[in-house]
Amino acid sequence: MVDKPSLSRDDVVHVAVLARLVLTDAEIDEFTGQLAAVLEHAADVAALDTSGVPPTAHPLPLVNVLRDDVVRPSLDRDEVLAAAPAAESGRFKVPRILGDAP
Amino acid sequence: MTAVEIAADVRAGRRSAREVVEAHLETIAAREQEVHAFNLVLHADALGAADVIDRRVAAGDDPGPLAGVPIALKDNLATRGIPTTCGSRILDGWRPPYDATVVTRLREAGAVIVGKTNMDEFAMGSSTENSAFGPTRNPHDPSRVPGGSSGGSAAAVAAGFVPLALGSDTGGSIRQPAALCGVVGMKPTYGVVSRYGLVAFASSLDQIGPLAATVADAAALLEVIGGHDPLDSTSIAGPAPRVRGVLDDGVEGLRVGVVRELTGGLDPDVAARLNEAAAALAGAGAKVDDASVPSVGLGLSAYYLIATAEASSNLARYDGVRYGLRVDAEDVTAMYGATRAAGFGAEVKRRIMLGTYALSAGYYDAYYGQAQRVRTLLIRDFEAAYAQFDLLLSATSPTTAFPLGAKSDDPLAMYLSDVCTIPSNLAGHPAASVPFGTGDDGMPVGIQLYAPALGEPVLFRAAAALERSAPR
Repeated sequence: MVDKPSLSRDDVVHVAVLARLVLTDAEIDEFTGQLAAVLEHAADVAALDTSGVPPTAHPLPLVNVLRDDVVRPSLDRDEVLAAAPAAESGRFKVPRILGDAP
Repeated sequence: MTAVEIAADVRAGRRSAREVVEAHLETIAAREQEVHAFNLVLHADALGAADVIDRRVAAGDDPGPLAGVPIALKDNLATRGIPTTCGSRILDGWRPPYDATVVTRLREAGAVIVGKTNMDEFAMGSSTENSAFGPTRNPHDPSRVPGGSSGGSAAAVAAGFVPLALGSDTGGSIRQPAALCGVVGMKPTYGVVSRYGLVAFASSLDQIGPLAATVADAAALLEVIGGHDPLDSTSIAGPAPRVRGVLDDGVEGLRVGVVRELTGGLDPDVAARLNEAAAALAGAGAKVDDASVPSVGLGLSAYYLIATAEASSNLARYDGVRYGLRVDAEDVTAMYGATRAAGFGAEVKRRIMLGTYALSAGYYDAYYGQAQRVRTLLIRDFEAAYAQFDLLLSATSPTTAFPLGAKSDDPLAMYLSDVCTIPSNLAGHPAASVPFGTGDDGMPVGIQLYAPALGEPVLFRAAAALERSAPR
């Protein structure tokens, strides 16, 4: 554990919302210490002078890869929907996405 | 028997695929309860596939270069109609509607899929203790871990359950368990093996590769699974690397550099095996010297920022909508949160959190952006080293297999297991771990060889030479 965590408990609560993870109080406490320790280790990277060094997002020098625009078989819709937790009328079914009208 | 021997016998009709598969299923039945290499053993499917191979041989057909060879697949490779869990509750019971390209190619080559192997959840871990379905144990000592995340595949080969297995390697997940279990494990150049049907962890780092008891078997497997695939837009154009034909070429005249920056943190017995391996290659005619890759020490931090950032994005798809687990709630946002809380284990949550933080407003440049620049520095350092050397050499893991539970409470200590393997993933280069003797505890030690991009032929050439010179 580090002396001065670079990451606060409030940061962890905020990031959990961004990540769509419901965490328990115990998980928030545990992650605050553990993530702070990993970030402390990553201080070597964060503190480095990299001026003039371009970022690498990917090991291959890729350009857009396009296939020919021809119709070909795709996954069977019924088979795909059969794997869903809920489906209706050929679509995935989810709980409501909007609140009640004011 | 090796995979190469089995395939030769089955193709020639000297041995039936059924007797081969039955013998391996018996070995599995005898020891699987202790080892727990598999999440699923496909008894009936495997015997059925073996019978098809035997009928083809009887009819005068050639079933292919892996005819009748039993193989195990890491449980993050999509298999049509067969559960594919990634070691996670969130995919428990999911049956993919398609086969991964590697699975299609294995079937076409006559290989017989006998099961899906256990793994750290979504390949996040170095011990296979992070599986939702319980840990895998090291066949050499069941009180110890097999390494990870492809620990089930490595243990399956080490226990003699199968001669071949596939794993995936994002930061060492093939090579480190191969080292800890005393088998051969190889990560190909990024783009050599199609990732279509590999459940994504960190898309710019992930690569599928072989685990085998011998270098020759790993070479045979790579030739089957490699080569361009139009279904993966990051697949390199061209055929699979030709590696079977170079295995007897030796290392005479090859320049091999021992990575100086990766010798410091090794356990003394592992360091001793590394020195012996370097001496063995020199004895076989290689020119061995110290090499320097100065930024290799920054690789671990850069990796854990890049891999978690990519993972936090890739794992957004587990939202309880299209497949897998759903925990119902009053609205869709609450359903996402509750589903992910119930479906993901602690390490996956930890990495999603770290990656989300590294990408979040105010921290992106300091963490993710900096890590991407370190990736450039590392690639430049490798380029400089390969101007002087044909191959680089290090240990695969700083330690031999550790006891179950030894690092479970300290994520950073677990991450340090990967310090020697991560650089190849960041650079996209091929690397292989070859068994080389044992540590003071009697557990296997693996030595790692690295080559530049598309250097598979020279890599296999040296791996075969190292295998020939390894202590028996």
